[in-house]
Amino acid sequence: MGLLSKKDSKLILDPLADNNPITIQVLGICSALAITAQLKASIVMTISVLFVMGVGNVVISLIRNIIPSKIRIIVQLTVVAALVIIVDLVLKAFAYELSKELSVFVGLIITNCIIMGRFEAFALANGVWRSFLDGIGNALGYGIILIIVGFFRELLGSGTLLGIQVLGDPIDKTGVYAFGYENNGFMLLSPMALIVVGIIIWVQRSRNKALIEDH
Amino acid sequence: MEHLELFFKSIFIDNMVFATFLGMCSYLAVSKKVSTAVGLGAAVIFVLAITVPLNWLLDQYILKEGALVWLGPEYADYDLSFLSFIMFIATIATMVQLVEIVVEKFSPSLYNSLGIFLPLIAVNCAILGGSLFMQSREIASVGLAFNYGVSSGIGWFLAILAIAAIREKIRYSNVPAPLRGLGITFIITGLMAIGFMSFGGMLTGGDEEAKEEKTVKIESSDETEKEAKDIADNNIKVVE
Repeated sequence: MGLLSKKDSKLILDPLADNNPITIQVLGICSALAITAQLKASIVMTISVLFVMGVGNVVISLIRNIIPSKIRIIVQLTVVAALVIIVDLVLKAFAYELSKELSVFVGLIITNCIIMGRFEAFALANGVWRSFLDGIGNALGYGIILIIVGFFRELLGSGTLLGIQVLGDPIDKTGVYAFGYENNGFMLLSPMALIVVGIIIWVQRSRNKALIEDH
Repeated sequence: MEHLELFFKSIFIDNMVFATFLGMCSYLAVSKKVSTAVGLGAAVIFVLAITVPLNWLLDQYILKEGALVWLGPEYADYDLSFLSFIMFIATIATMVQLVEIVVEKFSPSLYNSLGIFLPLIAVNCAILGGSLFMQSREIASVGLAFNYGVSSGIGWFLAILAIAAIREKIRYSNVPAPLRGLGITFIITGLMAIGFMSFGGMLTGGDEEAKEEKTVKIESSDETEKEAKDIADNNIKVVE
C-alpha cells in the first residue's frame, strides 16, 4: 500500500483525462485561452493555479463547517483573492516581465470557474486531505491542456519553445526554414486558441466514445 | 467623441468574448437557448454598468498610489494597489447580492427573468475583468468608466446572443459525433473571433484627434503597431 489509496489516486488521475476541467467540465476557459501564445506563460499560469487550488481547497475544507451557506460565495472569493494576491506579488518580485505579460489574467484566477467550481462541488463536502488531492488533480488537468495548447501555438506560431529556436533560424534560413517552411503567425492570434482547444476536444472524444454529447 | 470612440471600441474591437476571452465559462454553459442567453446577457450589462464606475471610484480615491491624499498630505505616500483584487471582488460580490435583494423587492417581474442569473454573475470573469481592464487601461473619468462598463457589457451580450442563435440552428446539422456540443462551439467561437478581428481597422482614422488623450494614445499606438505588423506579414506573403 503506497502513500495514496486507490480511491485517492483516482482523485488526482481522473481530472487529467476523463473528467478534465477544461474539455469535459467546461470550467476555467477564460484564462486558458488568453495566455497560451507562449509555453512559458502557460507553465507559470499552471503553477499559479496549482498553488491557489491546492491551498484554497485545504482552507475551504478546513472552514467548511463554520461558513454560513448564504454568504459562502463571498467567503470563497475572499479566500481565493487573498491567495491570488500572494501569487501576484511573488510574480511581480521574481518574474516581473512575465507578470506584465500575463497582465490582468493573474487577477482573473480569482474568478477562474475551476476554483469556485471545485470549492462548491468538492471542498465544501469533503475532508482536508481529499480536498487537497482534488485541488491538485484539477489544477493539473487544467495545466495539461494549457501546456498542450501553449506548446503547439508557440511551436507553430513562432518556431520556438520556451524562447529557444527549435526549428532553426527563420532569418538565416537554417533548420526546417531551409526547406521553405514559414512560421504561421496566425497561431499567435487569440482565435486560434479556441480552435486548438476545439481540436483537443475532438481528439479526446474520438478516443473515448463515452464522452460524446448528443447535441 | 471620446465617449463614442470608447463605446464602439469596447463593443467591437475589444469585445470581451472575442478579443480577451472573458466570461467564457458562462458563455459556453448558458448559450444553449436564446432566451436564457438574453437573460444572462442583460444581467451582465446591468452588473458591469454598476460595478465598473464603483470600482473606478474605489481605485481613484483609495487604492491608487497617492490616492489617499484627500485624507491629508501625510497620506500621500501610501500605495494600496496590491489590495485591488480583493477590494474589487468584494465590491462585485456585495453589489451582486445587493442588486439581487433590491430587484427582488421592487420588481418581481425583472427578478423572475434576471434573478437566477445574478448569483452566477459574481464569479463571471467578465465582471472582474471589466474592472481590472478599467484599472490597467487607466480610464480617465467616472463617466468614461460607466461608458466602458455598459459598452463592454453590450459586447458580451451580442456575443452570447450570436452563439446561442447559432447553437440553436446547429442542432439540425450533421456535426461529427466527437465534436458535438462543446467542440463545435469552441471552433465556431474561434471563427467568430476571426470575423470580429476585421473590426480592428474601424477606428484608425481617428488617430490624429485622439493623440491629446494620454490613455487613448497609448492604446492606439499599440494597435497601429499591431496593424503595421499585420500589414508587414501580409506583404511578405504577397511578395512570395
